[in-house]
Amino acid sequence: MFPLDATFPLNATIIRITEESPSVRTFFFDLNFETTEPGQFVMVWVRGVDEVPMGLSRKNSITVQKVGEATSKLFALKEGDSFGLRGPFGRGFSLPSKGEKILIIAGGVGAAPLAPYAESANAASSEVHTILGAKSAEELIFEERFAAAGKVYISTDDGSKGTKGFVTDVLSGLDISACDRITVCGPELMMASVFRLLEDRKVLGKAEFSLHRYFKCGMGVCGACCIDRSGLRVCKDGPVFSGIQLLDSELGRYTRDASGRRIKI
Amino acid sequence: MYTLTGLKPKNPIILAAGILGTTGASLCRVAREGGAGAVVTKSIGPVPKTGHPNPSMVRLDGGFLNAMGLPNPSYPDFLQELEIAKKDSGVPVIASIFGGTAAEFSEVAEGLLPGKPDAFELNVSCPHAEGYGAAVGSSPCLVEAITAAVKDVTNLPVWVKLTPNVSDITCIGTAAESGGADAVVAINTLKGMAIDIESGYPILGNRSGGLSGKAVKPVAVKCVYDLYSALEIPVIGVGGVTSWKDAVEIMMAGASAVQVGSAVYDRLDIFSEISTGIEAFLRRKSYSDVKRLIGLSHEMV
Repeated sequence: MFPLDATFPLNATIIRITEESPSVRTFFFDLNFETTEPGQFVMVWVRGVDEVPMGLSRKNSITVQKVGEATSKLFALKEGDSFGLRGPFGRGFSLPSKGEKILIIAGGVGAAPLAPYAESANAASSEVHTILGAKSAEELIFEERFAAAGKVYISTDDGSKGTKGFVTDVLSGLDISACDRITVCGPELMMASVFRLLEDRKVLGKAEFSLHRYFKCGMGVCGACCIDRSGLRVCKDGPVFSGIQLLDSELGRYTRDASGRRIKI
Repeated sequence: MYTLTGLKPKNPIILAAGILGTTGASLCRVAREGGAGAVVTKSIGPVPKTGHPNPSMVRLDGGFLNAMGLPNPSYPDFLQELEIAKKDSGVPVIASIFGGTAAEFSEVAEGLLPGKPDAFELNVSCPHAEGYGAAVGSSPCLVEAITAAVKDVTNLPVWVKLTPNVSDITCIGTAAESGGADAVVAINTLKGMAIDIESGYPILGNRSGGLSGKAVKPVAVKCVYDLYSALEIPVIGVGGVTSWKDAVEIMMAGASAVQVGSAVYDRLDIFSEISTGIEAFLRRKSYSDVKRLIGLSHEMV
């Protein structure tokens, strides 16, 4: 039996590591995912530990927050070390057409898959606006990449930069009626607040959200990541869903652990 | 009217255990959008289990290798999912259950009864969970005792899913029949392993696992063929079915119904596609009924 490229782990050697914030690093590797859509994910296999999903922050990089065992072990790796990598999997953000007005809403490490989206949108001659949020100024990720693609509005929880508060505090002050597309990625409670605001403004149909759930197979077979009430698979039908697909969903209410038990968010 | 151990599936193509069966909503989607005639849940046990670390599934040239490790929320937490599946799927819902002992099997079965499953499928065949699955399912005595224990606590049909990782699957099938099984399901995955040659690490988090997909179909056909000869009760065929032709083949070997698992990787509506394909085949061959296919190859000598 011969492995197939996309679904069998490839060997990725780390060629450079950059520190994006105290808890977030970017790992550049020696493979290029040329055909990836922003928002698609790869499965990162830290050998002997675990395999976890990560959004690509470039065709040849992942940007990772240290949150658990696998990411801690990943942070212990150095240039020249390697990990397993397969993908890209799932459905990414829909790319804008020329002249569209795009609003990107990114919270924390949720900026990782949205930075390449901002760059693609800019390259497609869209008008790009980004609301970039984080806990504090030093936790802001990829501000310069979003700034190079268009206008950036900053919010920080502690007010160390931009508006003091949440992305929704900036969002509620913007006229979003002229936006053609709204793309959202960040912590679930942030996305749920954005979802409610966009629902109130009746623009959910233009919005897309990138969900994070526990994955086992990562290829749409096992069902560990299915969301209520649609039963859609986050790993294969997502991770990017339209606002309409998420109506009457578990978003912001609960997730599931590795055993399938519902866990309140 | 097509019936299977007293159940009335919408068609003979059934979702296999462990596939898209963790939540009620997912089971409903497989039935409604996918067109499955009946659905089998994820295997449910006595206590919550998180399963093995990832990678838990990889695709190979001829199939898939997986070691999930029986992740499940335990029967008390799964009841709400079973209720959703029963309420909205519109098809029979079979609860797959596992335990380490006959007593655990009956505890789980009794615990799920309030969710009103249409039948139970006993997982005595998972090849990569220590103390469970094939660890008990390789022993005819244990299989008979477990089957009898579950039959003692319920009047619902009981299907027993068998492992091919034994020297003679018909011995295990006969034991299930003696224990009172209403049907056997064959086969679960074959033991397998894959190694990452760049690092030398086995790929699966559990190091080894079970092979499914196209590569195992001939094994499934042979097991079903032998079980059909050896047993009085129906055999439900599963293993590497990805098209209506595969389904017809395994039915001709003796399967009364066909389960589909890994093939959902390609498309969710594989169930309606296979079912439609079988109907067209029956018309083309002027067979009056799908029952005509069951065990047909045994007559061809």
